Amino acid sequence: MLRLKFFLPAIVFIVLAGFMWRGLYLDTTELPSVLINKPLPEFELENVYDNQLTGKQSLPEGPFLLNVWGSYCLPCLVEHPTFMRLSESDVIPIVGINYKDQQDAALDWLETNGDPFNFSIMDPLGRLGIDLGVYGAPETFLIDRNGIIRYRHVSVLDEQAWEEIFVPAIEELEREGS
Amino acid sequence: MIRFALMLVLTAAVLGPVDSAFAQVDTFEFETEEQQQRFRRLSNELRCPMCQNTNLTGSTGGVAEDLRREIHRMIVDGMTDREIEQFMFERYGDFIFYRPRLRAETVLLWFGPLIFFVVGGVVISNIIRKSKAVPSETLSEEEQQQLDRLLDK
Repeated sequence: MLRLKFFLPAIVFIVLAGFMWRGLYLDTTELPSVLINKPLPEFELENVYDNQLTGKQSLPEGPFLLNVWGSYCLPCLVEHPTFMRLSESDVIPIVGINYKDQQDAALDWLETNGDPFNFSIMDPLGRLGIDLGVYGAPETFLIDRNGIIRYRHVSVLDEQAWEEIFVPAIEELEREGS
Repeated sequence: MIRFALMLVLTAAVLGPVDSAFAQVDTFEFETEEQQQRFRRLSNELRCPMCQNTNLTGSTGGVAEDLRREIHRMIVDGMTDREIEQFMFERYGDFIFYRPRLRAETVLLWFGPLIFFVVGGVVISNIIRKSKAVPSETLSEEEQQQLDRLLDK
């Protein structure tokens, strides 16, 4: 009993220090999404090419990726080759949300770098962005066959993130048939 | 000590106004003064999800701008503060609040410090009680005689 009392402060210290040590290395820029397992919000936004109003009914049957991008966004260029590869080899449909951008700048960007998207819709005021809890490009959502948000990836989706996070997540969706 | 306190007061006085000087000025129009005040309160109380240590009032971030515009829209549309906070919570979670809601997940956050305070208080009071219980350092008569004998030698 006495021994326990003797060691208790040390134990408390070690437990606390453990938590704080972990806290030092948490990425605080990545906020947990509250929208996981919720349906994709409704929207009606213009297609970046022809200004055609586009809503949820135009989305691929899924699973598909929903990528938030902008011509001003440098990290978007970093992840761009991954999306190009995915789109060229028909791995998964990708829908773009051109977030808080200008149409001519967006078109230039697609022209220069290539367009990996099935289609892109424009969200100039960030209205859909707010409904999705987006706080800056790039962000990528994985949507399942039922239109449910299953995963949200903040910042660059490079080959490593694709292999380590998205491949298993999509396999999981296939296993459960959604 | 007094000088230190004075320094603190002066520092606060100097730093205080700076905070509002950096506030983003929007040209939102409201029908009533009360709406304006609610807007100010909400954008002071909500945290910008992008520039994480500023509130919506002080942030130049794109998303903060959008959220201020949304708050304005919702106030003009007649939504209550509670409804606006719920709107934010459904999209950005607990993070959006500087004062997170009291929920099962946030109980430790709210009462953790209190728990530490109580445990610390118990430990300190135990230590004090024990130190008082230590036998007094004055010698008993017998011991005093013994000491005298030794010193006399």
